[in-house]
Amino acid sequence: MSKFLKILIIALFLSGNHVHALDQINEGQVFKNIRCLVCQGQSIAESNSEFAQTVKSVIRDQINSGKNEDEIYNFLISKYGEWIVYKPELNKKNLLLWIIPYFSLILGGVFIFRFIRKKNKLY
Amino acid sequence: MRISRTISVVILLFIFTIFLIGLNKSQLYDTTNLTGQTLTTFKMKSFQEDEVISNKNLYSNEFTLINFWGSWCLPCREEHSTLMALSKIKKIKIMGVNFKDNESNAINFLKTLGDPYDIKTIDKDGKHSVNFGIYGIPESILVDNDLKIIAKFVGPLSKKNFDEIINIIK
Repeated sequence: MSKFLKILIIALFLSGNHVHALDQINEGQVFKNIRCLVCQGQSIAESNSEFAQTVKSVIRDQINSGKNEDEIYNFLISKYGEWIVYKPELNKKNLLLWIIPYFSLILGGVFIFRFIRKKNKLY
Repeated sequence: MRISRTISVVILLFIFTIFLIGLNKSQLYDTTNLTGQTLTTFKMKSFQEDEVISNKNLYSNEFTLINFWGSWCLPCREEHSTLMALSKIKKIKIMGVNFKDNESNAINFLKTLGDPYDIKTIDKDGKHSVNFGIYGIPESILVDNDLKIIAKFVGPLSKKNFDEIINIIK
């Protein structure tokens, strides 16, 4: 077998695995984004409570049945409310929460810019 | 200079207001406000019988109170007298979902304290509870004949909850 063919086969094999890995949902990542409602500031990934174990098994079932991450989050939000996810969707209620950090960043930038310009003018 | 001072005051006031609202808000989250949705389809094994109970079994009831309970759960004993009182009201049917329990313990529980349930189902591994938005035991959900969630009760049902239910269904 020529060297080129060997490299091609290995490359195809690796790329196939890569695509497969991308297709699969990382359950650990999903667990980390779900709040344990009966715990103090823990995600279900960190908790062994009855609630966390039950939700984990339901999420595993949903992953096995082919549901994507958004479908899983939407299902849990419909049952427990927006509080169940650590990264809530942008909506009217949390608009300020999403906008304020960017707004502060821009405002801070403007302040720094003006401050530096003023300082440069002085010297 | 005056503009920067005004902006600083506005920012400080804003931060103060956020803290004031945030610190006065209850830190305990519960799902009692999640009403108005319709129950999704479900199929559960009947308690002690080889029968499947589904959402279709509830459409003929004017009101159904779905109660998640377990013989191992102490607050379930506390709420049992309220459930017994509710079971005497004709307008409402009670569906009991036995949650992650040992069957013989559950039977003993009902024999000792009385059986308030018109329909009894089992949620052996707890997975059905997620479909109902349950996160602790006991919890109860009041639905109408369209299976729309009218009220949710997190924790043991009290006399106050009993009066609330009576007010809703009258």
